[in-house]
Amino acid sequence: MASTTEDAPATLPTPPVQVLYCEVCSFPLEYCEFGSSLTKCKEWLQEEDIDLFNRYYSEEALQTKLGTLSLEAQTKLEKDTAKKEAKAAAKADAALKKKMASQVTIKRIERNKRKHVTSVHGLEAFGVDLKKAAKQFAQKFATGASVTKNNQGQDEIVVQGDVSGEILEMIEEGAGVLKGIPVDNVVEVEDKKKKGGD
Amino acid sequence: MFKKFQPSTDISGQTSVKSSVQRSLRANVLAQWNINPETLEEFWPKKEPITLVKCREHISIYTLHGEPLFLQHYDGPMLPTLRLLHKYPFVLPKVGVDRGAIRFLLAGAPMMCPGLTSKGGYLPAADAAVPSGKAVAIFAEGKEHAAGIGITKTDTEEMKRVNKDVGVETMHYLGDDLWTLQKL
Ligand SMILES: [Zn+2]
Repeated sequence: MASTTEDAPATLPTPPVQVLYCEVCSFPLEYCEFGSSLTKCKEWLQEEDIDLFNRYYSEEALQTKLGTLSLEAQTKLEKDTAKKEAKAAAKADAALKKKMASQVTIKRIERNKRKHVTSVHGLEAFGVDLKKAAKQFAQKFATGASVTKNNQGQDEIVVQGDVSGEILEMIEEGAGVLKGIPVDNVVEVEDKKKKGGD
Repeated sequence: MFKKFQPSTDISGQTSVKSSVQRSLRANVLAQWNINPETLEEFWPKKEPITLVKCREHISIYTLHGEPLFLQHYDGPMLPTLRLLHKYPFVLPKVGVDRGAIRFLLAGAPMMCPGLTSKGGYLPAADAAVPSGKAVAIFAEGKEHAAGIGITKTDTEEMKRVNKDVGVETMHYLGDDLWTLQKL
C-alpha cells in the first residue's frame, strides 16, 4: 500500500502459465493417458469439467492426437496403458496389505540401573520420515533422539530416556508426523539387561 | 536421476545458503536461462533465503519454503524443476520428441536422436542451435506442456547430422520421484 507504483520497473515480470494438473495422477491433464490411472483420471475430469473432458477425450480429440503415430503404435500404447493400470492397482493393493501387516515396535531398553533409552522401529512402513519424527521426539521430550541402524541394519529411532508410554500416546493422538498409524499395529516391548551383565 | 529418489536415504542434509553464494547462484540462473531479473524475482525474491538440499551423487536441489525450484548435478547447468518450467516454459531452449518417444521419456530413458529429428519431433533451427551440455526443455508431440528436462549430449545440429544414439540425457521428467515429492 505504501509503496509507490509510479516508478514501476521498465520491464514487467512475465506472468506464470497456469497449468491444469490432474487430481488423480498429478500430471498435466494432457498427459493422463501416459499415467497408470487413465480410467480414474477420465472419471474425475468428466465430473469436474465436462468441457475440458471433451477437449481431451472426444472422438475428434482422439483423432487429432494420433499425430504421426501409426495406428498399430497407438493400439500398443493403449494396451500398455491398460497393463500399467492393472499393475499399479495390484501394486497399491500389495502396498496397503504390507502396510497393514507391518508393525511398529516401541522398545524400552535398560542401559544401566537408572538409565533407559527408547527405540522406535518400523515407522517408515507408514510413510513417516524418520528424521522428522526423531526431531519431533527430541523437541517434545527435550532430550536426544536420533536415527540409527539396529543390529539388523534397519533404521530405527533411539530416544534418550524412558518415554515409551508417551510415544505410544503420541501415536494414538496422531501427533505431527505420526499421523495415520493404527494403534493396533504398535507393540511395546521391554529389553532388560541380563542379570550380572554389568 | 530421480527415477528412484527417497528423501530418507538420498538426502544427506539441508543447509541455508549464504547470501554471497545466493548472489552467484542468481547470476548463474540469469546467465544460463532466458529470463529477466523481474521474472526471477517473482518466484525467487531477493530477500527470501533459499535452502540447499544436498543429495546423493552430487545432486544439489535448491528449495524455497520447501518447494524445489532448481537443481544442479555436479557443476552442470542449472535445471529448473518441471513444475517451475511449466510456469515459465521460455526459460530453457526447447526440443521436442515424437509421440512414440513419450512413454520412454516418462520411464526416464534418454532421448534418442531419431525421436527428436522425426516428423513429430523438434530441434531448433541451425541459427539457434543448442551446444552440447546445455539444459533443454523436452516437449512432446501434440502436447502443450513440457514432459521433461534434459541436458544435450551433443550439439543439436550434430543430432540432425548423425541421427542416432542419445541426443538428450533425461534428467527430470513427469512422474519421477522429484515430481511426486513437491516438498522437501
Ligand atoms: Zn490424470
